[in-house]
This record gives sequence, structure tokens and C-alpha cells, in this order.
Amino acid sequence: MPEEPILEFKDVSLRFGESWALRNISLTLEPGETRIIFGAAGSGKTTLLKAVVGLVRVDKGSIKLFGQDVTKLSENELFVLRRRAGVLFQEGGLFDSLTVGENVEYPLVTQDNLKQVKAAQAGEAQTFDPEKLVRDTLRFVELEQTFDKFPAEISGGMRRRVGIARAVVTEPLLVLYDSPTAGLDPITANTIMALLAKERDVRNSASLVVTHRYQDGEIMADFRYDSEQEALLSSTKSSPPPKPALTKFMVMKEGEIVFLGTRPELESSNDEYVKRFVRHEDRHAQ
Amino acid sequence: MLDFLTTLVASFQEFLLLAGRSLRNLFRGPHYYDDVFLQMDIIGVGSLPIVALTGAFSGAIIALQMARALNTYGASSEVGTIVSLTLVRELGPVLTALLVAGRNASGIASELGSMKVTEQIDAMRALGTDPVQKLVTPRLIATAIMLPLLTIIADAIGLIGAYLVAVPLLHIIASGQYWTSSWQALVLNDLAQGLLKPFVFGMIISLVGCFYGLRTSGGTQGVGRSTTQAVVSASIWIFVVTFLIDKIFVGLK
Repeated sequence: MPEEPILEFKDVSLRFGESWALRNISLTLEPGETRIIFGAAGSGKTTLLKAVVGLVRVDKGSIKLFGQDVTKLSENELFVLRRRAGVLFQEGGLFDSLTVGENVEYPLVTQDNLKQVKAAQAGEAQTFDPEKLVRDTLRFVELEQTFDKFPAEISGGMRRRVGIARAVVTEPLLVLYDSPTAGLDPITANTIMALLAKERDVRNSASLVVTHRYQDGEIMADFRYDSEQEALLSSTKSSPPPKPALTKFMVMKEGEIVFLGTRPELESSNDEYVKRFVRHEDRHAQ
Repeated sequence: MLDFLTTLVASFQEFLLLAGRSLRNLFRGPHYYDDVFLQMDIIGVGSLPIVALTGAFSGAIIALQMARALNTYGASSEVGTIVSLTLVRELGPVLTALLVAGRNASGIASELGSMKVTEQIDAMRALGTDPVQKLVTPRLIATAIMLPLLTIIADAIGLIGAYLVAVPLLHIIASGQYWTSSWQALVLNDLAQGLLKPFVFGMIISLVGCFYGLRTSGGTQGVGRSTTQAVVSASIWIFVVTFLIDKIFVGLK
């Protein structure tokens, strides 16, 4: 029996006044799949991410997350469902009154169910140590030294990485990344994308990645994290090449999906709007 | 004009929904006691110096003005009665509430507004926490408890301020007579409305602050706008509600 999709949009629409934020959107995300979403500003990318976890309510259609229809759940029921997905907000969305450590611990402290599960896994209640998990997760994003600092005391790139740590600390099956590299220098941006690929390959999570940079999509599509070598390996240059990641690209325009396909399909698209999101030197090189 | 009225009614409806949800959360977990105590400290202890100072001066001013007016009728000895009734029934609750509105409705609106524009509220919802439960209800509980206490303190310090003017400064009344008359002037009705008012004002201040904070949009400029709206709105509601409570209690007598 095929696995049930993690996420399924069926004919979803939402209007803000005269303009469409989402228009007849239908999509399916399989477990472990990465979906890169491109689109101009105001094309509905962020609204789409927020609709996944019911942070915005849609006018029409159904959104099934982990098999439950988000559009039919009350806000209180949604709080429980949302805990199973991780979200990275555009600016990190860190609580500035809490330290970095407390921010990353927040999902664990508020999630009693998860605590119980972890405690059961650990054998007995006393052995589950949230602080250890927080420190491990901060080490995962290479920021363990910032544990006691406040978000205002660290750089923008670091805040984004702490945001990633907070999103993945509960090991969710689906992670939503809203512009993880926006406004960052290319080196920091690549570090962050490498973290996203590492998270996907270490934990086999599905993800929706909204971005403006074509390179972000390339990294997700071409690289795999190898736990033994503790490095990202290119599926085109390494030998033997790692199994390619299940990565699809999607382009949005005025609330509609105007392209959906693999990287070669994206690069060979003749649509003027879609072409804007493909790196030009790649096209010349072909 | 119709648009304006529609927006007004819709906002009021939203406000009532927020009030309903935060009150319902009083009886439903999880309860964030740490946040309640933190807010009690910020709102109550933090407002104490300014409330005490204003209380002292308002008592002293009433005594000064009334001493002159009462003297005209040869009734200077009634100064204690007048100060006590004015402070406990009206000025204590209203002045304290206006100060706390200026200090805390603005503080709450700007804090929640900043959280809203930096996506911290969305982050909270995404992490499975109800922002109303975590942010609004603790502020509601804290203000509703602390404002009556602050008012009692303001009333007491106001009576001392009036005493200092009436007895050592103007010598219009004997010390014992001042305290006896101000104590005996008060009946249950006065105390009831003197304590009911700050309790209701406390709820209004916190809910109005939270309401404007949570509906902030438009970046830092929006935060400033919400803060101003919260203080103006809370102050107007304080006057409207004090009138309504007065109307009820005057009718009871």
C-alpha cells in the first residue's frame, strides 16, 4: 500500500480584497520530499506556507496535513496538529524575551505529549533531559556556544540558524522554511541551505522551502548529506553518486502554481516568468 | 460613513470575541502562572510609585480646594467626609486607572504589537501555544487583581495627603475628628463601587491593550499607532464605564 501523502491541497483559494493570495491550488507532498517554491513578491508563497498549518484560513478547498483536514479543525485542535510540523519564519520569529536555549526548548516545554513520548523512549521519565536535546540540536546548527545569549545579541544569520534548531528540535516529519536565506550573504546562505539538506537527510523529513535564490534549490536537489563522512556530497560529482533527493520545483504567480516539475524541466522551461527564477549562467552553459 | 460604522461594529465584535476567549481560558489549562506573577510585578509593583505620588497630591488638592469652599458655609469640619467620599468612590479608582492605562495599556499594546510584526505571535501559534492563553489571560488576571490593590493604596495615601493639608497646614480640623469623619462617611455602597470599578477597569485596560497589540500591522509605525489607540481607547472606556457603574449604584441607594 503506498504511503499516505504528508500534505495534500485540493483546489484551495483565498482572496485578500480584490487580489488572489491563493487560487485553485492543488498539490501533494510525499514523505521525505522537498518542494522548492519560487515566485515574485506577493505571489502567495508565504500565505501558502501559513495555510499549511492553518495560520491563515482559506476561503475554499481542503488542506490535509498528516491526514487531517486543517480547514475543518478549530484553533484549539490545530494547536495539537501544528506541533507535529516545524516552521522557520522569514525573520526567524524568535521570542526576544527568551534566551537562545529557552527558544529552542520552547517546543519541548509546551509539548507535554512529546515529553511523554521521549520519556518512554528513554526508558524512564527521569532520563529525558530537554536541555541535552536542546544542546544537541544547537550543536546540529553549530551554535551551541550561544545557548545563554539573547536573540538580539547574535547576528541575523545565527538567528536564522537558531530558528531552524527550534523548528527541528521535535524531529517533525514536515518542516516549512519561509525564505531561509533572504537578506543573508552568500556564504551564510549556503551554510543555512547545507543545514536544511542535512536535516532532510539525517531525519528524512519532508519540507517546503520558499526562496528567491536558485542556488538554494540546487543545493537541495544536488547534494546529499553523508552521515559517515559528515559532509555534503554532490550527486553529480561524487563517486559513487548518492541516491538523488526527491526534490521538485514549483513556481507561483499571483496565487497560482504556474510550474511544477524537476530541475531539468525547470531549466528547460520556455515560460518567460518561470525563466526569471533560473540562474542564467546555467542556461548559457547548457 | 457606513464603512466607518461597519468597521467600528466589526472591531467591537472582535474585541468581545477576544474578551470571551481570554475569560474562558481562566477555566481551562494550561495556566501560565509564571507569566501571571511577572505581569503582576510589572503592572502592580511597577505602577506603585506613580500611583502613590498621584494619590497623595490628589488628596492634598481636594483638601485645599474644599477647605476654601467649605469655609464659606462654615462647614470646614466636613473636609474629611468630602475627601473620603470623593477619593474612594470616584477619584481614586478613575485616576489610578487612567495612570495604569497610560503606563500599561501602552506597554502591553507595544509589546504584543512588536511581537506581532516580528512574527513571534505566528511562531507561538505554529509551536502549538495559544497566544490568548499565554499572553492575554495572564495580563487580564494580573491587571484585574493589581488595579483594585493599587486603588486601595492610592485612596489611603490620598487620605494622608488630605490630612497633611487639613490638619498640620491649614489647622481647619482636629486630627481625631478628621480620621473619624472620613471613616464614618463611608458605607458599604461606597466601598463596593470603589472596588468594583478598578476591577472592571483592570479588565478593560488589559483587554484593550492586548486587542490593539494583537491586531497590529504595518511594521514599527503600526506598533506606534496601536499604542496610541490603546491608551485613548482605554481612557475613554474608563469614563464611559465609571458613568454606567455610578448610574447603577446611585440607583441602589
